[in-house]
Amino acid sequence: MSIDTRPGSAPAPAPSPVRPSRRGFLAGAAAAAGGFSLGFHLPGTGEAIAAPAGAAPEVNAWVVVRPDETVVIRIARSEMGQGTLTGLAQLAAEELGCDWARVTTEYPTPGQNLARARVWGDFSTGGSRGIRESHELVRKGGAAARMMLIEAAAQGWGVPASSCRAEKGVITHAESGRTTTYGSVAAEAAKLPPPKDVVLKDPKDWTIAGQPLKRLDTRPKLDGSQIYGMDLSLPGMLNAAIRDCPVTGGTVKSFEAEAVSGMPGVKRVVQVGETGVAVIADTFWRAKTALDALPIVWDEGPNAGVSSASIAAVLREGLDAPEAYIGNKAGDVEAALKGAERVVEAVYSVPFQNHATMEPMNATARWTPERCEVWTPTQNGEAALAATAEAAGLSAAKCEVYKIHLGGGFGRRGATHDWVRQAVLIAKEMPDTPIKLIWTREEDMTHGRYHPITQCRLRAALDRNGDLTGLHMRISGQSILAAIMPQRMVNGRDPVTFQGLNPSGPEATLGYAIPNILVDHAMRNPHIIPGFWRGVNMNPNAIYLECFMDELAHAAGQDPLAFRRKLMANHPKHRAVLDAVADKIGWSTKPPEGVARGIAQMMGFGSYVAAAAEVSVSPDGKLKVHRIVAATDPGYALNPQQIDAQIAGSFVYGLSAALHGACTVKDGRIEQTNFDTYPVMRLDEMPAVETIIMPSGGFWGGVGEPTIAVAAPAVLNAVFAATGKRVRDLPLANTDLRRA
Amino acid sequence: MVRLNVNGTLREVEAEPDTPLLWVLREQIGLTGTKYGCGIAQCGACTVHLDGTAVRSCSVPVSAVAAEQKIVTIEGLSAGADHPVQKAWAALDVPQCGFCQSGMIMASAALLAQNPHPSESEIRAEITNICRCGTYNRVLAGIQRAAESGQGSRG
Repeated sequence: MSIDTRPGSAPAPAPSPVRPSRRGFLAGAAAAAGGFSLGFHLPGTGEAIAAPAGAAPEVNAWVVVRPDETVVIRIARSEMGQGTLTGLAQLAAEELGCDWARVTTEYPTPGQNLARARVWGDFSTGGSRGIRESHELVRKGGAAARMMLIEAAAQGWGVPASSCRAEKGVITHAESGRTTTYGSVAAEAAKLPPPKDVVLKDPKDWTIAGQPLKRLDTRPKLDGSQIYGMDLSLPGMLNAAIRDCPVTGGTVKSFEAEAVSGMPGVKRVVQVGETGVAVIADTFWRAKTALDALPIVWDEGPNAGVSSASIAAVLREGLDAPEAYIGNKAGDVEAALKGAERVVEAVYSVPFQNHATMEPMNATARWTPERCEVWTPTQNGEAALAATAEAAGLSAAKCEVYKIHLGGGFGRRGATHDWVRQAVLIAKEMPDTPIKLIWTREEDMTHGRYHPITQCRLRAALDRNGDLTGLHMRISGQSILAAIMPQRMVNGRDPVTFQGLNPSGPEATLGYAIPNILVDHAMRNPHIIPGFWRGVNMNPNAIYLECFMDELAHAAGQDPLAFRRKLMANHPKHRAVLDAVADKIGWSTKPPEGVARGIAQMMGFGSYVAAAAEVSVSPDGKLKVHRIVAATDPGYALNPQQIDAQIAGSFVYGLSAALHGACTVKDGRIEQTNFDTYPVMRLDEMPAVETIIMPSGGFWGGVGEPTIAVAAPAVLNAVFAATGKRVRDLPLANTDLRRA
Repeated sequence: MVRLNVNGTLREVEAEPDTPLLWVLREQIGLTGTKYGCGIAQCGACTVHLDGTAVRSCSVPVSAVAAEQKIVTIEGLSAGADHPVQKAWAALDVPQCGFCQSGMIMASAALLAQNPHPSESEIRAEITNICRCGTYNRVLAGIQRAAESGQGSRG
């Protein structure tokens, strides 16, 4: 059977040789000539890397300028739809002073980063940090390259570099009227030492950064030529399908390989670690078909009796537990509650959520006793390399990971690389044979790294004026760090749990001044493994805080906007985005007949966000979200039209979870297996989203995640305004909105 | 031996009769623009045209497709990505991760072929593909833009 039949699917030479290693780069989408060009060398295939036509040495680690004036910008972070590839290229190009129309991109590999003392910095792509944490490094890379290119031209002319300037890739010596191009001097520039002092442009002088430019990676996504991990094809490649024990903590007891070994295309049936079984076949479909027919007996282990009800009971106990980790404390909240004119109390809960990336997990691995290579969509190439090395039993220097464009990430493809480990273990069973492991949607849905399950009890003290004098938020439930990054915990405490509720700091600060406050966390960790899910703990915390603020405003007989604003005098940036959405949605005016409004604000990932929603609820309980207004202050707005796309998309992710999504547990396993039982928002439900991008400067905030947090509370507060029903047990589908 | 007419070319492939068309396209014919997302006709990432109608190829056994039926995949929708839907997508920068977009574009093209000027509510009802990045509003605007171009009904 022919597996590799695509025209043009033969591995192409690396687009540019790289010092010191000649191991190639994976071409970025925009760099892919002819639509599809995988720029990696395939050792063992006998194919030499020929220096491609137009090859040029790099000016520095970030920039290659080819003789035809094409500018290749190296991107360390992963593109998964969020636009970081274009945004980072804009930053480098801005400082480089090149012609944007000639910019392409490519990914350096994690192995190259390792070999070059991490010249590209951190590869981790999560926490909306792609741009905000690497902008300086990237900008300096572009600026240093510009200085070297100008220096090379100046030396050629025998004039001081300070008398030359560069614009759109053209270097000019004004006095003599001489000009040259970046492509003409790149080879000489590459020989120069890097400059010591690099001065960056003032953002107010930007012409490429800050502009609503088109993405660089759109074209191959329009005609099917974009290659995702799942689409990879290597010579001699086999395919694998896997089933891991449905109960986390369980193991394989036995399986009957001979029952399926004669099925079409089947090559091997292998156990994967202690917990999984895989079928290797010539095609994925045949591997999956055989796996479906394979009798497997599991030892389901100690968690086989766990259910959603038993988890909820454990979390409920935590709501009143005497011991908890403190995230924010000021004054004496118990005294405030005792002395209150009125105490308001509520308990909220959020379920597990699956990331449900459109492309299920996959990785292709080839293992030999000397070397292991992996091709995979990952949010963190370096973490993928570490996982590869560990599973391969080789040092990282003997391994390599080639990042492939991601069909969605949302946090699933960053912190843990469980699927990479599996792929390597499978590849070890058939040395020197590339094997592509693809998870079915069912495997993906039931072996996620779930949005953590928590509950929250909120108690508030209102004085006789209806003003908030004390607030206790007791979060009970799962810690992400405890499960997957214990090294980042602080004295047993998980600081991420308090995202958006912190007393101070540039990352995720509470926007209200409340004289007596206690936010604490009773950590309760069920066996279902949590992970960073787009928006992370800011999402539940915003539901808890912002829905409860709405409850308090109503309890105090005050307008929800006015009630909040009184507490925000010391938080002008939080208040500015809230005011912006209130103004635009017309908060002070009456909504259209039958329509009700809700509002929410939050700060996280370094950015200030707010949303206002207009909804209606039909007599038979059907919710319609008509209109959303969303405001973001990310400090600097690198590409406003991409920020707009991220904000609009945030409502899909946030409202899918708030309205529909829940992964429930029965007999120790996740019950939902596909989109029929884990419904997500589709076009029919999508509201109009009007965005307000209001960068105030002086800080760098993320844009991919923060808005998700305000999506749910804005809509749920509007639902209350429409129906008088308070949704506290998420998702909304759990609440009957029919008129009594 | 299964005979298929894919993007105007007759293909002969070896596959079990119950193999979904999706996997024959991807694995036997090498056309990977058509994506696997769910396998149960829920998400639409695998949408192709079968005699001009959008079908979810993950749930069409290859034995159910006759050799004379015309299969069009994203790779065969146009030359140079110049179908009005693709042009509208480019103009509006619709894709984010892009994984669902082959299916979105094929579903949208089929809708416009049958209904060149769909109302907004018709678009919302007919385009049921899942996108997790959340491109829906640009998908909606893209279909409207393609319809306005007056060439949306091009097959």
